[in-house]
Amino acid sequence: MSASWLGRRLILTLAMAWVVATIVFLALHMVPGDPAELLLSTSGAMPDPATVQELREKLGLDQPLMVQYGHFLAGLARGDLGTSLVDDYPVIQEIALRLPRTLELILAGTLIAVVVGVPAGVYAAVHRGGVFDRVASWITALLLAVPVFVVGTLLVLLLAQTLRLMPAGGFVPFAQDPGQHLKLLALPAVAIAKGLAAVLFRMTRAATLDALAHDYVRTARAKGLSPRRTLVVHVLRNALNPVVTVLGLQMGTLLGGTVLVEYVFNWPGLSTPLLRAVEGRDYPMVVGIILTISVLFLLINLLVELLHAAIDPRVQHG
Amino acid sequence: MKRRGVQKLLLPGGVVAAILLIAIAAPLLPLPDPIRQDVARRLAGPMPGSWLGRDEFGRDVLSRLVWGARTSLSVAFISALFAGLVGITLGLIGGWARSWGAFLTVRSVEIIMCFPPVLLALLVVTLLGPGAATLILVLSVLYVPGFARVTYAEVLAVKGRDYVEATRALGATQSHLLFRTVLPNIAGPLLVQFSLAVAAAVVIESGLSFLGLGVVPPAPSWGLMIRGARSTMEQAPLLLLWPCAVLTLTILAMNLLCDAMRDVLDPRTSER
Repeated sequence: MSASWLGRRLILTLAMAWVVATIVFLALHMVPGDPAELLLSTSGAMPDPATVQELREKLGLDQPLMVQYGHFLAGLARGDLGTSLVDDYPVIQEIALRLPRTLELILAGTLIAVVVGVPAGVYAAVHRGGVFDRVASWITALLLAVPVFVVGTLLVLLLAQTLRLMPAGGFVPFAQDPGQHLKLLALPAVAIAKGLAAVLFRMTRAATLDALAHDYVRTARAKGLSPRRTLVVHVLRNALNPVVTVLGLQMGTLLGGTVLVEYVFNWPGLSTPLLRAVEGRDYPMVVGIILTISVLFLLINLLVELLHAAIDPRVQHG
Repeated sequence: MKRRGVQKLLLPGGVVAAILLIAIAAPLLPLPDPIRQDVARRLAGPMPGSWLGRDEFGRDVLSRLVWGARTSLSVAFISALFAGLVGITLGLIGGWARSWGAFLTVRSVEIIMCFPPVLLALLVVTLLGPGAATLILVLSVLYVPGFARVTYAEVLAVKGRDYVEATRALGATQSHLLFRTVLPNIAGPLLVQFSLAVAAAVVIESGLSFLGLGVVPPAPSWGLMIRGARSTMEQAPLLLLWPCAVLTLTILAMNLLCDAMRDVLDPRTSER
């Protein structure tokens, strides 16, 4: 991996993070009317002018826009995302507490999706038109159609309420009880994995079929390579690239899905404070969490691109 | 090949058409008021005049399913329409003007794609409060980049073609060329994009309503029905299963319709 290519990618990601931060900052000011009044007005009632003035000063809304923007960026650079409007708790501390749990869920979900989706896709492609291929294609179509919160809710209904095999939701720290921790992680991780697994299956199947049709596969077979070795060395390596691309494209949906899944299973990640903050119009908290997840999204995409370049050196020169 | 593609359109197309028809005809159907509560009959099972029973407030489930379709689909269609109008216009300008025009139009709206969709929606809900109007605004914004990108790519592909040159040589004005010559020829992929946007919008609308941040109660919505039925899922699992099934069936039919439409209308991408 060349250093200049890596440097360009890093700068691009940083620039995008800056753009994202700027949009989030401007969002409050793009809404017509006084922002402080807007955040305090619930169900149409006019808020108390003194409270509005207080909030205005607290958020620095009485200062010129450019000054506010400067403060905002300086705060970001220091890792300071302001304090919650509800309880004055520093936003960054809430995020630091909960981000690892959300990351764990995302990681577990991605892992399950890759472990299930990719081999199934290869198998379906190699045995194209067979029973497995057809059944799996139908299951994929179904999985892509069921919204993630429906899958989560149905898993709770079936496995927790009816069969009583799994806990309905909750969280136990890993250090306290590793077994229970993993048990509580299982259902939300599966729920998150379902869409990604389906997309990975489709993409892997298509990419493997595509690679199988190439001349180099015929050559490999003709020179006496075993089918397994042909598949691993010649087919999969070439099929992996589009699969990795799709992995990156799907991460946005996956990150949005975690918000819903954490809610369904009471998983105490970023979703709980986010939803509470959206309902209570706790703007600094909303901005902090949305920025965190959006930057996470950018970082994952950077990671995917690095992975891409590692698999296929041509990427760097394209 | 083409013929098989058209046949594949029939089943999902029929299901989507039926759902649309029911949603449009909801006020004409002999259904109880979907909002009227009847606490005495809360969680009541199926009975004459209320074939799927009553929910946790004693409201008629079938009626709420039908009216919920109306809510979901109208939000999704209106958003996709707005997104299409803005996105296609931007894409046309970008594709026609090249370089700077493309940068200002297509590239700038792609910034929206830096955000995970649900999170951008939550940001806007914080600012504007939940409700159908907010949903339409958010969903329109979310799907503008998709339309802009597709239109841009299609315009670039088409604008050098002989028939465009010929029309230009005949002295057609710029707007005639764009709207009468180019636009009809790229309508296929745009229609596919439209159906994709509607299907995606139904998913996000139901998700936000499920979180209690989309459609405002007591208005009927599938996401809200699933949210409400969660608390009573032990006593009345069917209450949960009905909206789940209807929502999934709708999205499944729409997805299959999108795939079939792409095969028929957009031959380049279907050669896999």
